[in-house]
Amino acid sequence: MGITAILFWTLSTLAVFSALMMVVSKNPVYSVLWLILVFFAISGHYLLMNAQFLAIVNIIVYAGAIMVLFLYVLMLMDLKKDTEQKRNRGILFAGVLAGGCLLLVLVAALLKTDEASVLVQTQVGNIGLIEELGKILFKEYLIPFEVSSILFLSAMVGAVVIGKK
Amino acid sequence: MPINYYIILSITLFCIGIVGVLTRRNAIIVFMCIELMLNAVNLLMVAFSKMHHLKNAAINASAGSEGQLFVFFIMVVAAAEVSVGLAIIVMLYRNTHSVDINFLNRLKH
Amino acid sequence: MKEFLMLILLLPLLGFFLSGLGRKTFHKKTISAISCGVIFLSFLLSYFQFLDVVKSGVVVFDYFNFIKVGTFQIPFSLQIDQLSSVFLLIITGVGFLIHVYSASYMKAESTEHYGRFFSYLNLFIFFMLLLVLGGNFVILFMGWEGVGLCSYLLIGYWFKNNEYNYAARKAFIMNRIGDLGFLIAIFWLIAKLDTTSFSIIFSSESLAKLSSFDITAITLLLFVGATGKSAQIPLYTWLPDAMAGPTPVSALIHAATMVTAGIYLVARCNVLYSLAPITQTVIIIIGLSTAILAATIALKQNDIKKILAYSTVSQLGYMFLALGLGAYSAAVFHVLTHAFFKALLFLGSGSVIHAMSGDQDIRNMGGLSKQLKITYATFLIGCFAIAGIPPLSGFFSKDAILLSAFEKSPVLYWLALVGALLTAFYMFRLFFLTFSGKFRGTKLQKENIHESPMAMTIPLIILAVLSIVGGFIGIPEIFIHGGDRLSQFLSPVIGTQNKLSVSHTTEYLLMGLSTIFIIATILLAQKKFTKYQPTSESKLGKLIENKWLVDELYNKIMVNPINQLARVLNDVFEKSGIDAVVNGVGKLVHYSSRQIRLLQNGLVGNYILLMIISMIIIFTFQFFLKK
Repeated sequence: MGITAILFWTLSTLAVFSALMMVVSKNPVYSVLWLILVFFAISGHYLLMNAQFLAIVNIIVYAGAIMVLFLYVLMLMDLKKDTEQKRNRGILFAGVLAGGCLLLVLVAALLKTDEASVLVQTQVGNIGLIEELGKILFKEYLIPFEVSSILFLSAMVGAVVIGKK
Repeated sequence: MPINYYIILSITLFCIGIVGVLTRRNAIIVFMCIELMLNAVNLLMVAFSKMHHLKNAAINASAGSEGQLFVFFIMVVAAAEVSVGLAIIVMLYRNTHSVDINFLNRLKH
Repeated sequence: MKEFLMLILLLPLLGFFLSGLGRKTFHKKTISAISCGVIFLSFLLSYFQFLDVVKSGVVVFDYFNFIKVGTFQIPFSLQIDQLSSVFLLIITGVGFLIHVYSASYMKAESTEHYGRFFSYLNLFIFFMLLLVLGGNFVILFMGWEGVGLCSYLLIGYWFKNNEYNYAARKAFIMNRIGDLGFLIAIFWLIAKLDTTSFSIIFSSESLAKLSSFDITAITLLLFVGATGKSAQIPLYTWLPDAMAGPTPVSALIHAATMVTAGIYLVARCNVLYSLAPITQTVIIIIGLSTAILAATIALKQNDIKKILAYSTVSQLGYMFLALGLGAYSAAVFHVLTHAFFKALLFLGSGSVIHAMSGDQDIRNMGGLSKQLKITYATFLIGCFAIAGIPPLSGFFSKDAILLSAFEKSPVLYWLALVGALLTAFYMFRLFFLTFSGKFRGTKLQKENIHESPMAMTIPLIILAVLSIVGGFIGIPEIFIHGGDRLSQFLSPVIGTQNKLSVSHTTEYLLMGLSTIFIIATILLAQKKFTKYQPTSESKLGKLIENKWLVDELYNKIMVNPINQLARVLNDVFEKSGIDAVVNGVGKLVHYSSRQIRLLQNGLVGNYILLMIISMIIIFTFQFFLKK
């Protein structure tokens, strides 16, 4: 078992565990923190696949900006731990069962495919570097990139309008 | 690493997100679960892009970079979505003093 | 030529659409001008067609494929030959006169109903022409059903009166009973010969394919259809009730044209009938008994139109007698002359009714001869013609029938003669009660008596002239050398009839005998009815007045049981069977939608749950169950 495999398993375990903890935590603040951990694990995966640009963006945008925004909202609302009432057991059971079934079905479907063991390039490869992605982004995807700025603008306007009401 | 490891990891994260959406009543946590699901997909997308690159690097030096660009755009959209979504939740809280998702059953009316 | 023939057919249809659709916008004069005009054009074209037929003989035109199933085809074909050209002339000619007459007769109606009346009349002419022009049984049947429909519509023309609606329904249903026989005959022919075209069916190769049982059955079934349409026993009771329609309708449909469709059908299929002696015997029996039964009923009727209706039934019986005897051209001859004098009599009665302000009871009439001079004169001519006084048209045609009856058997001759005498008697009873003696109606009616306007009297005069001279086209050989022109003309269709085996002396003798008897009967009627006083009827008289209680009998044995069955079906089958199923479906949908509605409770979580479950199902199908 090489260093890649060890890293992969460590990061995967961390991601799944943190995700589970996020779902089951009673306190929303803990949930946010667990989710940030998930994002870090995923960024680790990105780094493992040498997608440096996405790893950085993931940490800056998700773990940094978005999750801070979440925390900020939570603090603003001052939600107590027990504000969330218990869902009745039937719904809880049904939700877990449905999710589990979906997992089972998808995994089973995956196991039936032929190309399941195609390898993923790890550690090397330069497509994930900022230089490479930047070239493509500003050459071939310039217009979508600019359009996304308009999307941001409109989201900003929307958030302000909703928040002012 | 074989691709199916990554697929199974993504599916697992995605399903955890789904279970969270289905079982939790706090709107913010539901929202966070959705973010988790998005990230599961992002991870898978990057894994596929690298797989694609490994296969076709000889033909095309930048093969698979579209996948990563797609992830970038997903992040862009997610950021926009979060800003609007959180604004909505704040407004909901202001009106009902709760973020319980069941107060959103106004869809019925 | 081909388009020409189609034009004859389509002109009345055009008139139907114009006057029917324009009934609310057009003026009355426009409507009557349109409908009379198209019929007149049609008549002119028919006349030219007639001249053509003299030269060219039988022609069949195929227009398009009407029905095509596998190898079996029914083309929309029209056939013009001697027989149909004679009928064309009768229909369009008499039809035109009656159109002109009704333009004045129906004047009191509101414009909308006036237009409706004329559109129905035009539609009727269209279907009647389709009937006689049809080149195969299916086209003929279309016309056959169409005239039945128009008859229904026109009998129920005053639809606000329930009695009339009932009469219309009765006519339609009785016709349908007969039509069933007709339909079965058509299917039988299709099954055996795989075609419905006249030209093929009546060829000797096709006839060879039919066994004698087939022919007997087919001819009998066709005859059942004919009894419905032509009001023979047992399906005759609708015709007297059909007098509920306006008088011109009675004249056109229920005397001159539609009711002779049965005669046309049998004459058209004469090749088949000549091969079916059993059917011929049946036709003789039915025809003769209808002739006599209807004549006896007519003796005691008091409604002027009912008498004429029974007289029509009786005359139709004569025509069937002739058909049964194989004297097809004599039957067609009688159709022709009957169209003239019966239309005349009906239109004359319409004129009388007009004068009497709508009263139809002859007991209230009397002495009308002074005021209604033209009607009086023309009516008298009509009566002479129907009674068979030489040399009016009825004499020749009736004589032709009587002669062929004598040839078959003297018994038939005597029976037919009795019928003829009854005819003369009741017609002159009607005549004398109406026109001579003293007026017996109310004072108000007396003041309003007036002769009808020109538009009504001119058709009467034309028909009277035709009733006088119409017989000469079929004048027997013994009077003029080269006589019997009609049967010679029809011989390509009807086939040469065996020469009469009766000697000329006997023929003269029979004619003289019948004439003397008829004149004696007329004198008797004159003596009895000129100074008529209402008296109470004897028991037999009452029975006859009630039409031998045939309607009551039919009600007892047919109508009531069917009504009862229908009621049972309605109560049991309909309510607890069909209704339960229909309502059950409704209730099921209602119930299940109430249940499904609960799924849509507005809780987003539940929606997502359902979405996930659906995704699971779709994935399962996609990856595991799909082959």
